[in-house]
Amino acid sequence: MTAGPVLKGAADRVLAAPAAPRRKGHPGAYLRWLLLFAGGLIMVAPLVWMLSASFKFSYELYDLNLIPVEPTLRNYEKVLGDPRFLRWFGNSFLIATIVTMSNLFFDSLVGYTLCKFRFPGRTLIFIAILSTLMIPTEMLVIPWYVMSQKFGWLDSYWGIMFPGMMTAFGTFLMKQFFESVPDDFLEAARIDGLNEFQIWWSVAMPLVRPALAALAIFVFLGNWTAFLWPLIVTNSVEMYTIPVGLKTFAVEQNVDWEMVMTGAAIATLPTLVIFLIFQRFIIRGVVMAGLKG
Amino acid sequence: MGLFHNPTVEQRRTRWAWTFLALPIVFYVVVRFWPTADAFVLSFEKWNLLKPREFVGWKNYVELWNDPVFWKVFRNTFAYLLIGTPISLVLSFFVAWHLDKVRFMHGTIRALYFLPFMTSAVAMAWVWRWFYQPVPIGLFNNLLSSFGFSQIKFLASTTNALPSVLAPAIWAGLGFQIIIFMAGLRAIPGSYYEAARIDGVSGLTVLWEITLPLLKPTIVFIVVFSSIGFLRIFDQVFNMTTNDPGGPLNATKPLVLLIYQTAFASYDMGYAAAQTVVLFLILLAVSLLQLYIMRDRV
Repeated sequence: MTAGPVLKGAADRVLAAPAAPRRKGHPGAYLRWLLLFAGGLIMVAPLVWMLSASFKFSYELYDLNLIPVEPTLRNYEKVLGDPRFLRWFGNSFLIATIVTMSNLFFDSLVGYTLCKFRFPGRTLIFIAILSTLMIPTEMLVIPWYVMSQKFGWLDSYWGIMFPGMMTAFGTFLMKQFFESVPDDFLEAARIDGLNEFQIWWSVAMPLVRPALAALAIFVFLGNWTAFLWPLIVTNSVEMYTIPVGLKTFAVEQNVDWEMVMTGAAIATLPTLVIFLIFQRFIIRGVVMAGLKG
Repeated sequence: MGLFHNPTVEQRRTRWAWTFLALPIVFYVVVRFWPTADAFVLSFEKWNLLKPREFVGWKNYVELWNDPVFWKVFRNTFAYLLIGTPISLVLSFFVAWHLDKVRFMHGTIRALYFLPFMTSAVAMAWVWRWFYQPVPIGLFNNLLSSFGFSQIKFLASTTNALPSVLAPAIWAGLGFQIIIFMAGLRAIPGSYYEAARIDGVSGLTVLWEITLPLLKPTIVFIVVFSSIGFLRIFDQVFNMTTNDPGGPLNATKPLVLLIYQTAFASYDMGYAAAQTVVLFLILLAVSLLQLYIMRDRV
């Protein structure tokens, strides 16, 4: 019944380093560590190579050295000097932020209502929302496109954003977490004279902050990297999001791979930096979201 | 009278509930249910966005059945699934199983494996595309030739292109699966292992008889999650083959790319809708399979 604490427990278990090794100083343990570490280096190698290339002049690009002999910021100056790039970056940031806020508000409001209210039709609505998880985005893009065309939403921020303003995944996640909020707290607030909206906003919401944070990370990351729908709904270069813009930019650059790598680095760095700062937080969020089902 | 003047607490709360749900209900109807119904209806129509929609019955589906490109794409889509899912499952379990026993720099190593998950598929498709270029441009062929091996045609060959496009998708997803596996491993009570140790059971037997059976829900979740991901692959393919999307000779084209081209390059909306219905049915089958396998746990 109390999914919240259970999930949080599982998440914290993942964060902790394992207990003391059973056989200390076993030669296999060193080999295991070395292999794991080497594998980890291979995992980040593509990112390191991308960064390395972004600081190289083209004549040095195809050498295998990782640290440029003559490091340069010229590529960044050129890419960021392209006014379109900043625009795409800003578009993506704005869109991902608004969609994230909308999901935090509506997914938790709906999740809370389905969790804490008893009224006829509740189960039906829950199942209806849950069933939309079965519908792939790819099936909806054609009707969305037709709809956007009819309402004049093509090539606009709203056109890019509207399909993601609420998600069944977020609603379900929040519903699970509101189950860990004791009804007594809400009842006490009700006796104090708060209305139902105030109870949700100022009593229940602060108690599920970790879940809100997890949801925010997922929605933001999902919208920052979203490609198919922004590609379909945008026409003009000013409306592109960073993945769509990066594709256009990369095709233009053709053989200037150091420029392509710089563009890729700029598109990737924000999420990598977010991860490095909030690592524990994000890993915990992944576990909580992953174990929700 | 009483209903309007002096509602009970229950009635008042019900009213609040419907107030909270009003906008979301409109959203789900307009942006989820209506488009879903429209996709089904459209799959029985012929429409190029200009002329009025015209009902054609099963014609789109018959056309699909007789379309060799569709079957090629269908095979490709399952190739992504059948190669990608087992490889990423085994790799992520292997890493999680060992990482679970490592203390020194545990967090750092975990971060190394997880970082690719935070990247954008489009950006990484271009990075990998660069790696796959022939000598002197691409990293892989440079490495191969510096060790004296002959070059490999990665993206230009009809046999190598699909696995080459798939590799960054597997790479980017591993971190997530490792974390989920770690959570599953940590949920197994230590007493089970303690008992096995006292009984003198060896490592591999513990793995087969205790760990894997108890990890069944985690494994099913990861298999379904990654299967759905590979069946919907698009970003990597589209960006790594921009000069001939899905090429060479449709060798890498997955279902979603075919849908994209049918709808937004040929503007054959009805035919594309029929293709999305096929995708929907495949994904539905995967989800139902999951429910069937996990039925005894509910």
